[in-house]
Amino acid sequence: MSAPLLEVRGLTKRFGGLVANEDVSFAVAKGEIVGLIGPNGAGKTTVFNSLAGFFAPTSGEILLDGAPIGGLPPEAIAARGVARTFQIVRIFKSMTVRENVMVGAMLRHRAVAEASRRAGEALEFTRLSRRAEEPAGRLTVAEQKRLELTRALATEPKLLLLDEVMAGLTAAEVHEAVQLVRSIQARGIACVVVEHVMEGIMPIADRMLVLENGRKIAEGTPADIASDPAVITAYLGEGFRAPGA
Amino acid sequence: MSRRAVGRTLAAAAALAALLLPLAVTRPAWQNTAILMLMVAQLGVAWNILGGYAGQVSLGHAAFFGTGAYVSTLLSIKLGISPWLGMAAGAGVAALLAVVVGWPCFRLKGHYFAMATIAVGEIVQAVVNGQERLGGAVGFFLPLAETGFWGFVFNRSKLPYYYIALGLLAATLLASWLVARSHVGYYLRAIKDEPDAARSLGVSLTRYKMYAMALSSAFAAMGGTLYAQKELFIDPGSTLSTSLSIKMALVAILGGVGTLAGPVVGAMLLTAIEEASRIVFGGTGRGTDLVVYGLLIVVIAVYQPAGIMGWVQDRWPARAPRPEPAGEGT
Amino acid sequence: MTAQILLQTLLSGVLVGLVYALVAIGLTLIFGVMDIVNFAHGEFLMLGMYASFWGYALLRLDPMFTLPFTALALFAVGVAIYRLVIRRIIDAPMLSQIFTTFGLMILLRGLAQYLWKPDFRSVDQTVVAGKVAFGGLQFGLPQVVAALGAIATTGVVWWFLRSTRLGAALEATAADKEAAALMGIDSRKMFALAWGIGAACAGVAGALLSTSYPIFPEVGSTFILVAFVLVALGGFGSVTGAFWAGILVGIVEVVGGFLWDPAYKMVLVLSLYLLVVWLRPQGLLGKA
Repeated sequence: MSAPLLEVRGLTKRFGGLVANEDVSFAVAKGEIVGLIGPNGAGKTTVFNSLAGFFAPTSGEILLDGAPIGGLPPEAIAARGVARTFQIVRIFKSMTVRENVMVGAMLRHRAVAEASRRAGEALEFTRLSRRAEEPAGRLTVAEQKRLELTRALATEPKLLLLDEVMAGLTAAEVHEAVQLVRSIQARGIACVVVEHVMEGIMPIADRMLVLENGRKIAEGTPADIASDPAVITAYLGEGFRAPGA
Repeated sequence: MSRRAVGRTLAAAAALAALLLPLAVTRPAWQNTAILMLMVAQLGVAWNILGGYAGQVSLGHAAFFGTGAYVSTLLSIKLGISPWLGMAAGAGVAALLAVVVGWPCFRLKGHYFAMATIAVGEIVQAVVNGQERLGGAVGFFLPLAETGFWGFVFNRSKLPYYYIALGLLAATLLASWLVARSHVGYYLRAIKDEPDAARSLGVSLTRYKMYAMALSSAFAAMGGTLYAQKELFIDPGSTLSTSLSIKMALVAILGGVGTLAGPVVGAMLLTAIEEASRIVFGGTGRGTDLVVYGLLIVVIAVYQPAGIMGWVQDRWPARAPRPEPAGEGT
Repeated sequence: MTAQILLQTLLSGVLVGLVYALVAIGLTLIFGVMDIVNFAHGEFLMLGMYASFWGYALLRLDPMFTLPFTALALFAVGVAIYRLVIRRIIDAPMLSQIFTTFGLMILLRGLAQYLWKPDFRSVDQTVVAGKVAFGGLQFGLPQVVAALGAIATTGVVWWFLRSTRLGAALEATAADKEAAALMGIDSRKMFALAWGIGAACAGVAGALLSTSYPIFPEVGSTFILVAFVLVALGGFGSVTGAFWAGILVGIVEVVGGFLWDPAYKMVLVLSLYLLVVWLRPQGLLGKA
């Protein structure tokens, strides 16, 4: 087994008296899709913010390719190959779709012409080319989420952190999003996906992590956690069946 | 013709008109007004690099203008160094000051940053005012003798000042344009829109704001040197005052922040208003220009924050509005 | 330098600081309730000074007597400015808000200059002229009265905010506009009230200072800077913070001006401001 891409050991994050994450540990292999689920307030986005550099962990380690990244600022972590999307979309409204993606591409390709070319490629990949020259603010919410994803992809990451990309999507849109995440995996990019939309994450995750009240309460394949009694009672509710069960 | 082509043609026509203007306008008073317009426009364009593109509203920019004026004047009077070299030195000192002052200030958001810049501007003015070695409240007179190009004093005609002002404006516009279309420009826009998203894409907020700050202050300083060489007198009141800082910001806001033509248009309008109110109301000691400025700022801020260029862009959009697509994807 | 001189300077600083605090309280109240920095706040003080002056010059009325009327008049001015201008930019981007109050500042200064000329005015004969002495220390009566007036007004505002329903509604709006609205509190009325009280505070400070300070159109500019410092030091939105910060800064200014060059008083105060915002952007007692 090759060394994992991402290793999180004992991640704890406190805000004053509030413990948002407590002793969370997990690993993500290269090209793996890991689902991160749990009830609201379980601390999932806090984990993301720590991974992405917006929070410094109170204690614990985060290792990317063996090198510690805990506490580094977001721009440094992005340069090392971790990209993210935001729960509430943060696209650059004063720019077009293409220009938004170019900002992402510029991390690796400073020249505007080259960044524009790479942005075009990324937009093709996520099937947003048709909207490339539109002002980003004019897109639908689903398209904006896809734009944010495209922008993150343009930074050529090794690891992509997706924060509820499927929230508020129709069934057809969820299906498209699932295909997109699969094709991202096919390119060798690992993904950690926070999701509430079970139909969106269960079919594609290689492994799942379940958080509750800041602690990890279960880890395993989707089938494992779907039948884990602790998870069922905490979150999924009775009667859910994993695909193929 | 597309809007972009119209814009380019207008710009070319304006450039040509500006080059030939002194042939048509020969009265010194009117030439002086034209030079003033160019100088104010140049300051607005310089301010805009930080205030418009990077979205950091500085209300203390006169500190950099004054730095340029004082550095080149002191070097010229005390050490006999050519004001052209002094201009470069002034730009360098101003950029350094900007970086030193800006670095802690950039942590501040929005109005806190604006207030801090006012404080910095006032501190610089008070310090220069209090220091005899820096001229104190009395300031400096520059020698009147015509020294030709290298000495940067022209008595026989205002034309050299006109073309130097035009050249400086052109240089500042060029710098502004190059920044806007480079990756720096994209990053600055991203920082202005969504700073956290920008960081997540690898953009260091401080570094790029610093670039904008240094460039903006350097060009403001060069304008200060030009002012000193033209007026041949500088003091804290004329080169470091908060009202001068206001004017630099106002010109850009009036014309449209974040656009290339905005500050130029704003400067032309503002200078025209100033001259008109001088003629109609008789002198600016009465406060009428302040009333007009104030009204202008309030009206623009409330009703058309994007300024004149914003109004232009609304009337003649760059892209024809597209019908919304029926479905998604390609 | 004797202990007596130091005590004298210290107390002078406190007197000055109390008046500064009153100005800052108005500013911080407006910011706390609606997140808008009123760059024109110094002009409310200026208008208060002129109101007192014209009451004296035209009607021979002592500014101490006209003070309640000045307060009411400035309250009305604050509400009027809210209704005419501010309410249109409540939800505008911060840049627009900054420039709007900035424009108002320039407009009001220009109007004052146009209507009343740039000359310096003063109130020459007032019932509070003279000195007061105790314990070997001596203070100008106008300064003492001004400080007492400032404390009294601050006390009234504080009582209003803590002990009346309207005051509680104001604090609620400051804490959470939407939640307050859900409880039936009309934000717009609260905003107008904040502007009225804020302007009145600055106006009263102006009236209190009119007996001893020169009156001219730009007089607001010194005080707005100090008010910014106090709001930043004490915490954006904190009335108590502004009060204590006022005393601190008053002491720093007077003692600093005494120990070093009086010309650099402002530099000292402004440097203190920059230091505070760099180290603790939300102020000593402010919400982050």
